[in-house]
Amino acid sequence: MTYPPNGSEAPPGRGAVPTMPTVPPQQTRGGTPPARPAAPAAPRRTAWAEGVDRLKAGATTEPGRLRIIGAVLALLVVAFGATTAWQMTDRSAAADDVLHSSQPLSADAADIYRSLADANTAASSGFLAGGQEPAAVRDRYEKNIRTAAGKLVTAAASTDPGSPSAKTIAKLNTLLPQYKGLIERARANNRQGFPLGGAYLRYANDKMQTEMLPAAEDLYTKENQRLRDDYDSATPYPWIAIGFGVLAIGGLAWAQRRNYRRTNRVFNQGLLAATAASTVVLLWLVVGHTVARSGLDSSYDHGVRSLNVLHDASIASLKARGNENLTLVSRGAETVQVKGKTEDKYNVDFEKQMTTLADKLKAADALADDGAGKRPVTKADASMKEWLDRHKDARAKDDVGDYQGALDKIIGSKQDKPTGECFDLVDQSLDTALAHEQAQFDTDAGDGRDAMTGLPVGAAVLAVLAAAGAVLGIGRRLSEYR
Amino acid sequence: MGAAKPRLRAVVGDGREDQRRGRRTVSLRGWGGVAAMAVACALTAVFALLLPLTAQRGDAGDGSTGVGGGGVAEGLQARAADCDPAVKGKEPEASLRPDGSESGAAVQAIKKRGYLSVGVDQNSYRWGYRDPNSMSKTSELEGFDIDLAHEIADQILGSPDKIRLKAIPTNERIPAIQRGDVDMVVRTMTISCKRLDEVDFSTAYFQTGQQVLAPKSSTVKGYGASLAGKRICTAKGSTAELELGDAKKKPVDEGGVPQSTDISTTVPNQLDCLVRLQLGEVDAVVTDGALAASQAAQDPTVELKGKPFTEEYYGVAMKKGADDLVRRVNQVLEDYRKDGGWQKSYDKWLQSALGPSDGPPAPKYK
Repeated sequence: MTYPPNGSEAPPGRGAVPTMPTVPPQQTRGGTPPARPAAPAAPRRTAWAEGVDRLKAGATTEPGRLRIIGAVLALLVVAFGATTAWQMTDRSAAADDVLHSSQPLSADAADIYRSLADANTAASSGFLAGGQEPAAVRDRYEKNIRTAAGKLVTAAASTDPGSPSAKTIAKLNTLLPQYKGLIERARANNRQGFPLGGAYLRYANDKMQTEMLPAAEDLYTKENQRLRDDYDSATPYPWIAIGFGVLAIGGLAWAQRRNYRRTNRVFNQGLLAATAASTVVLLWLVVGHTVARSGLDSSYDHGVRSLNVLHDASIASLKARGNENLTLVSRGAETVQVKGKTEDKYNVDFEKQMTTLADKLKAADALADDGAGKRPVTKADASMKEWLDRHKDARAKDDVGDYQGALDKIIGSKQDKPTGECFDLVDQSLDTALAHEQAQFDTDAGDGRDAMTGLPVGAAVLAVLAAAGAVLGIGRRLSEYR
Repeated sequence: MGAAKPRLRAVVGDGREDQRRGRRTVSLRGWGGVAAMAVACALTAVFALLLPLTAQRGDAGDGSTGVGGGGVAEGLQARAADCDPAVKGKEPEASLRPDGSESGAAVQAIKKRGYLSVGVDQNSYRWGYRDPNSMSKTSELEGFDIDLAHEIADQILGSPDKIRLKAIPTNERIPAIQRGDVDMVVRTMTISCKRLDEVDFSTAYFQTGQQVLAPKSSTVKGYGASLAGKRICTAKGSTAELELGDAKKKPVDEGGVPQSTDISTTVPNQLDCLVRLQLGEVDAVVTDGALAASQAAQDPTVELKGKPFTEEYYGVAMKKGADDLVRRVNQVLEDYRKDGGWQKSYDKWLQSALGPSDGPPAPKYK
């Protein structure tokens, strides 16, 4: 590096020799047409045009060219670093939201939905058992109401005021005490032995099925959309950053090749360091993001999708159980026409929910990717089939007027082989499956998010170093023109 | 200066534009007015042409309803030969003469099977309902209708427990009989000429009528003018709903209800009306006096208001053509009235809500 510069590109004698590349060469100013007097004649003449002219003038001399190359290289590398930091900060924040904000909120919304359906089922179970409802059923009802009320507060806290979600939450908050009031009236009347209790229970159930559960479902759908949106902003490749990276490295390579061809010197330490740093950033960016992306995608495919299907299955099983109870509470009070035949409204709903449950379990089985995820789903499926068989028995008993037999078949003790046993098994299996998929989601999404850790800061630091390297490398070459 | 000039020019240009635009708007407005008038004229013409058409169509509609009405009237006339509430001896509640013989095919089928299958209600307090706190596993359903069903089983099969009670929905009463799911329906079922086309009835075992139920403190005095401005609940498809729909079309002094009466609330089951009443969503309920009494029995703050404004009879419904069974049930009813069984059951279930009775309605025979 201490050799004199190669003759072919010897600096012209008249070249001004500023030590800093930022100082414009003197003769450029002379070359520019006088700006002031020309202003009225050409009013559009701007600083930009002047700058272009100066650059044109500067490009005629080697130090001028070197200065321009140095500035462009530094700019490219800094732009690369900046876009990397910017795009990866966005993606990292979105990945963090997936893990710590939108997925938990989506799970909360699912919990609200599930708790409400569960509370409604528990209320009808307790009602069937008679005026004095079993403590376990009452506890289940109260626990679910508490869960729903509590999660509604959490959901409200993370929702923008005035948004559709906030309105849905407000609606649910209004309906919940109304529903509870109706259930208490149903209980009070049932205790006195009045059929009016059954009418209140049906009214409460109607409020739950036609107003509250659709609102909860709506909230759940919206939170799921928010989760999907966060995924969509976390997973796309950072093309702008990658583009700048390729440009920067390409520019550095070209500058070094040019340097080599003009000076026969192979290494310029500054430019080399800049290239190395930029390559590290680009590799880190591409590999890190690919790893993060695969983690996140897998958390979506194996976690979120399974969780959604399992939540749907769980809600269907709860609704089916509630309707099964209500067939006995209200027999004959409400009917619907199905294919010209009059059918009990609740039994029709039961069958509809059981079909949904079967579909969702099938989907969950297809999505489950390991034994630990498949096992509970298979178990739930078997319990569901047993449930359907026993339900048929219960209906047959009810149809021949054996109410007590039908009641025993639905909420009876273990030796009656009641459908309640099957429902509990389905419910427990689904809980197990949900816990497994949630854990899988947490692991995958956590891995994905961790793969992005440090990337924005690292990229910024390395880019600054690379820029400094480029400037130093060019400066070294420039100093030879002193 | 250089910069100001074009700006000035631009302002001038804008002004011109504005003027031009203004003129255009004015001229447009002018044409708009003409166009609007033309459209108005055209619309008037269209209306003028179409109105007679729609009026005609309306007439046709009325006419067809008229024809329909005529059809109903003809049907009634045709049926009037054997059923007419207004003609003595042809009332719908007139049934076949009682006969204790058990040799008929329908009765024999029941005896052979060993139990009587009866369609009942389980939501009508004091008529047919389930006591959720009952500790006994055999007497699941109870009430006035259930007592009668047990009595029939006892008379035909020798034991009140040789019976299967099936809870059936209101709108399934007739299909269940026609399909043979049940031998008979004892379920606060009103005898009517229309139903006699589809099933046969025993003699009347209870007299009732549509009645108003309202809170004791309410200003509602009963059916009529005091319903002005009140919201009334009825069961969907019930006699009450039909009666009130007709009553809205009549002046108050001819047996109608005031125009301000809101009869838009209908519910799937009559008991749901009491729920709405207690929640303050309606001011009064119209239903059978018997069912209204069953509602009043579940809420001490409401009462029956005024007299029934229709006259109806409950009967035991059986399959059309099962004459031997109808005669056998009529015989059971004869005995039930005479041996005090009816009175005992009334006193047990209904007296508290309906007051002391004048005894069972006298049977009418063809």
